[in-house]
Amino acid sequence: MDIGKKISTAAAIVSVAGLVLFGATSTDVAAIEAETPENQDWQFEGVFGSFDVASIQRGLQVYLEVCSACHSLNQMAYRNLADLGFNADEVKAIAAEYEVTDGPDDNGDMFQRPARPSDKFVLPFANEKAARAANNGAFPTDLSLLTKAHPAGPDYIYALLTGFEDEAPDDVELAEGMEYNPYFSGGQIAMAPPLFEDSVEYSDGRKATVENMAWDITNFLQWTAEPEMEERKRIGWKVVLFLLVLSAMLYAAKRKVWANQH
Amino acid sequence: MSTHTQHSSSSGGGLVKWIDSRLPIFTYLQKEYGEFPAPRNFNYWWNFGAILSFMLVIMIFSGIFLAMQYTPHVSLAFDSVERIMRDVNYGWLLRYMHANGATFFFIAVYIHLFRGLYYGSYKNPRELLWIFGVVILVLMMASAFTGYVLPWGQMSFWGATVITNLFSAIPLVGDAIVTWLWGGFAVDNPTLNRFFSLHFLLPFVILAVVVLHVIALHVSGSNNPLGIDPKGPQDTLPFHPYYTAKDSFGLAVWITLFAAVVFFAPNFFGEPENYLKANALLTPAEIVPEWYFLPFFAILRSVDFNLWFIDAKLGGVIAMFGSIFVLFIVPWLDSSKVRSARFRPVYKWFFWIFVLDCVLLGYVGGHAPNAKVFEGVDWLEFIDLGHVGTAWYFIHFLVILPVLGMIEKTKPLPTSISEPVLGGGQAAAGAAAKPMEKA
Repeated sequence: MDIGKKISTAAAIVSVAGLVLFGATSTDVAAIEAETPENQDWQFEGVFGSFDVASIQRGLQVYLEVCSACHSLNQMAYRNLADLGFNADEVKAIAAEYEVTDGPDDNGDMFQRPARPSDKFVLPFANEKAARAANNGAFPTDLSLLTKAHPAGPDYIYALLTGFEDEAPDDVELAEGMEYNPYFSGGQIAMAPPLFEDSVEYSDGRKATVENMAWDITNFLQWTAEPEMEERKRIGWKVVLFLLVLSAMLYAAKRKVWANQH
Repeated sequence: MSTHTQHSSSSGGGLVKWIDSRLPIFTYLQKEYGEFPAPRNFNYWWNFGAILSFMLVIMIFSGIFLAMQYTPHVSLAFDSVERIMRDVNYGWLLRYMHANGATFFFIAVYIHLFRGLYYGSYKNPRELLWIFGVVILVLMMASAFTGYVLPWGQMSFWGATVITNLFSAIPLVGDAIVTWLWGGFAVDNPTLNRFFSLHFLLPFVILAVVVLHVIALHVSGSNNPLGIDPKGPQDTLPFHPYYTAKDSFGLAVWITLFAAVVFFAPNFFGEPENYLKANALLTPAEIVPEWYFLPFFAILRSVDFNLWFIDAKLGGVIAMFGSIFVLFIVPWLDSSKVRSARFRPVYKWFFWIFVLDCVLLGYVGGHAPNAKVFEGVDWLEFIDLGHVGTAWYFIHFLVILPVLGMIEKTKPLPTSISEPVLGGGQAAAGAAAKPMEKA
């Protein structure tokens, strides 16, 4: 992975050489006194990066058993779980554990039925008002794209989930019902620490520490944000290698054409 | 120009001849892209015309297919874009090509523009060619701005709000104009609808102006790194195969860089905040435009003082639009008769200072005006750099260009293009026979 990372860094530097001067803006925009998340070594990073499917599956479990109580995942459907290696029956079984409102039926009435693979992940609240009413006025954000919506992305989510502190420093006055988290902009977050030791029970024997669960949920959310990532990089290598060979051939052709003019 | 081209392409079959005698399209292609005499000394900075044509085609095609899947409605737009990313076959590829295509389009157009400034490509007889180029730049900016609004993320919405609000600075009618632009009293569904319509229209307007740009180019002929006119056939090469071969190679390298970003770092140039759905009740901590607008954004924000009856807001808007429109009159601001900076030892320095100035303005545009440039140095804020950068931007065009041409001692021009290229000292035979205007 390290080599992959280095190559990716090099590729990024080469491909955007000089443009950085114009473009290096995205990282420093949202930096309002929040602590900078520590850089973690994720398997999905780099041009050879791939999904850690076992971790993503555990992350799914954490989402379904913990996060989904408040947070929606409105871009994802149960059928997408097939990408994680679940077979059709397993996907059906997971979906069937949730109820959705369907209808109207022939009598004009709405009715409840078990969710099907084609349904989107069931939302925790009927609407934003209901969500706020249940959460001290705060609206739990949708998680589908979260790793792409913050400059530090996955590192930020991991740092936030593992960064809650019991006591706020003296210069931070917490509003009622707020928690202190140095990675959240402003330091105050309406979300109570969501993860505790053994919040879930992993079936593969991995210990459910706060760090492990935060790690798994971050891998899971990276997948929900960019489900196309592995295919994208796979095609990318073919395309870039093809173009490099094509460029070399066109250079040779150009030299040949110009041979009598130099 | 050469007159022996009539029906020179009649090497084709019967059908080609039949069409060509009724609509001489093959003759035209042969004349303008086959034997079109191009100066023999182009360097790789002359590849960007071809690269830009390619980018325009990429943007139009990827855009047409995206439009088939996109829904221009405030409550559906964001999700329809995510549906493209997830459920449409290779939709992620289309969208990443289109989004990064805008970035690469602007990189190329800025290189093309600076190339023109360095080699004096805007001077007699290419003033109209240059003006069409600036028109294309303005249309590209309008396209990019309307397009950025379409995904209806946080930065789409707030960017649209900030930029359209600029028009409220116009005295008396400003607020009415803003309401008219919005189609309501806030950026909302009517705004999104019309932006989608305009975003679909503008690329075809660009295409039309590109045609004018190319026609004008083929009338005056290309400039070249020496900035002197070709004096005969020994100074030029037929466009095909020489420059088709060179352009193909440059284009392939360019597409390789483009592909590397599309496949491996598709969000590098993007604003993370735009992956949050637009929310009219939640203002982002910092509203910034895409990177290619940052220098102009810096100029807009650098006017933070009232001048006579012009308040700071209107002043900023005037400065920002002025920074683009000053480009239109560059051919008449630059008083030097020598085109290429190679023979202008002083201008060469000012050119590079100007490039640095634009980079500086871009850097300033990405930071809050009152943020400190260096930690611990309290007296230097970004707004200070913005003041200097903005002032220099206009000094360069309005003072340096006119004055320098009058006082600069230029180096002697070579007698012909083929002389330095081929290294021969012989004056070209055709040079004396057919003197061209000295510009």
